[in-house]
Amino acid sequence: MKLSEKMKELVESSRRELQGRESKSHDPGRRRMLGRTLAMAGAAGVATQAGAQALEVPPSAKEHGRPMPANEYGMPSKFEAHVKRRRTDVFVNRQNFSDWSMTPLHQQHGIVTPNGLIFERHHNGVPDIDPDKHSFVIHGMVRQPLKFSMADLMKYPSVTKFYFHECSGNGLTDWLAPKSKTVQQTHGLLSCAQWTGVPVATLLEEAGVLKEAQWALAEGADGASHARSIPMKKLLDDALLVYASNGEMLRPENGYPLRLFTPGWEGNTSVKWLRRLKLGDKPWHLRSETARYTDPMPDGKWRQFSMEMECKSVVTSPSGGMKIKPGTIEILGFAWSGNGSIRAVDVTLDGGRTWREARLEEPVLDKTLTRFRLTVKWDGAPMTIASRAMDSTGYVQPTVDDIKKVRAIVGFVQHHNAIFPWDVAASGEVSNAIG
Amino acid sequence: MRSAKVLVATVAVALAGCAAAPMGSSSAAGASAPPRLGQPISEAQLAKWNIDVRTPDGLGLPPGKGSVADGKKVYDAKCLACHGEAAKGGPVFGAMVGGIGSFKTNTRVLTPGSMYPYAGVLFDYVRRAMPMNAPQSLTDDESYAVSAYILHLNGLMPANGVGDAKTFTALVMPNRDGFISDTRPDVKAERCMSNCPPISSTRGKK
Ligand code: HEC
Repeated sequence: MKLSEKMKELVESSRRELQGRESKSHDPGRRRMLGRTLAMAGAAGVATQAGAQALEVPPSAKEHGRPMPANEYGMPSKFEAHVKRRRTDVFVNRQNFSDWSMTPLHQQHGIVTPNGLIFERHHNGVPDIDPDKHSFVIHGMVRQPLKFSMADLMKYPSVTKFYFHECSGNGLTDWLAPKSKTVQQTHGLLSCAQWTGVPVATLLEEAGVLKEAQWALAEGADGASHARSIPMKKLLDDALLVYASNGEMLRPENGYPLRLFTPGWEGNTSVKWLRRLKLGDKPWHLRSETARYTDPMPDGKWRQFSMEMECKSVVTSPSGGMKIKPGTIEILGFAWSGNGSIRAVDVTLDGGRTWREARLEEPVLDKTLTRFRLTVKWDGAPMTIASRAMDSTGYVQPTVDDIKKVRAIVGFVQHHNAIFPWDVAASGEVSNAIG
Repeated sequence: MRSAKVLVATVAVALAGCAAAPMGSSSAAGASAPPRLGQPISEAQLAKWNIDVRTPDGLGLPPGKGSVADGKKVYDAKCLACHGEAAKGGPVFGAMVGGIGSFKTNTRVLTPGSMYPYAGVLFDYVRRAMPMNAPQSLTDDESYAVSAYILHLNGLMPANGVGDAKTFTALVMPNRDGFISDTRPDVKAERCMSNCPPISSTRGKK
């Protein structure tokens, strides 16, 4: 088949799929391949017969576009309809109320995750809460228990901050052997947004924290009343009562109208649909902090309250499911740390024997996704690529082997921040190489 | 969580700051202070929201009680459809029995019996989140009863047992001493640039 025919077929089939507003394939490489094929055709230019066709005036330049409606909420192009959050295809839950869906990191441009693609984890579905009926309460070990309406909360001085947000279970299916195909499935319980809200400290001061108070229970108004014990220090340091992300009110699945946000900490401590903070002198040890979200350790033990999401990085392109061609390729990825900012990211092409430093793209912010890029020449020989990040505390991202020495990797284990290899075959096909 | 030790100091500082902030002050500092819009509310008015149990000492376990026998009735009517006969696993969730003692082996089987360090964890979770299709629809007596029944199925309560604040606080669960607090950073990696040991990968194993 000639390149032009192949291109046409690709465009047509992809258009058919997109117009169905549903991606039947689970293949993230698809659009990228299409993009690359087109780029190649362009670059090949004069050199190939297929690329030498004269350009016609496109239909879009010869007719009315869509008229402007009186008002609307803008949506992505229908040609982007394949860019979606997806549930895991490895750990398939038998119901979808307590479930999770993942951000397509390989399709994210820049460091900000669009609101509709911020990953989700909820424990009994997404509630639809009327902000006019929502109340938030602070009580327990305070001088005066207080109730706040949403309208009142939004009158307090707010702050707006970029922060990543990661589920402690990110990567839990892929510790010892490749289970997931794409980076969306291996790392997509990760997003980054610009969050707006009120420092929790402001409202705690108003209620008057009693000196015995050391912990607070944060509880949601969802059908699981999801709750976590949070140390007062975090609440007073940098925790926010967030009502907006990326310039608009939170989406229902991300906690509308109000959520706690604990920067750099495991995602489920940022309790969504927040209805109360109850101050106490000790943690509660609920199911969500004993039977769940804890790490198996040697000798049958479990480690709890592992709050910070430690320094981590992943190559998002090329990544699982993509196909590359020999020549110049740009290795692209994200690095982040719940303990600070990213200092350096190194990339290996030979499975870890040698590493070279990648370029960090500005802005490089505290507890925020940081982009790294490295341009390399690929000669078509099989290679194993991975990235390794170092944060502002000097902590270096470990390998699974490093972690295995101190923790028990049995079953679905939380807090996977290990270096993650992708295999590139001579065919250019990229696959998950964890193992 | 490496921050626990400095907690007391920080809270004290925050309190000092709080006490120093003059209420309704019209001084320059007061003018930039945030508004105070919280409406006072009493703990009594909050009673229906105040459903948490501090599980190690049972603080928050309500009055009331429920027997294993009554718990079976509640279970069969409201839980069995999802959790299966005698909590052995159903169409949407796996077994809630067994697994005790499995943590020393490589197959850690997680159930309320094997995993929960305190019986209050079970009561708290059932009361706040179950039955999943109608959470917070059980009475406290029903929550006690069905929790007692699940404990019984795990061999942790006799068939004639009764669940209440006292029995649930006194019960010593198998995994009571199973938890340790965060010890990270527990891994120290080097930033090696050349002649490094290869990272483990599928290729290395081929
Ligand atoms: C509609 C289906 C459904 C019904 C009905 C239901 N459950 Fe559940 N239950 C679930 C699911 C799903 C989970 C897992 C939720 C999660 O982990 O977020 C669960 C989890 C649990 C757990 C935690 C188990 C563990 O290993 O930690 C307990 C205990 C429980 N249910 C008790 C009950 C009781 C008691 C009832 C009846 C009063 C009940 N459930 C009714 C679906 C259901």
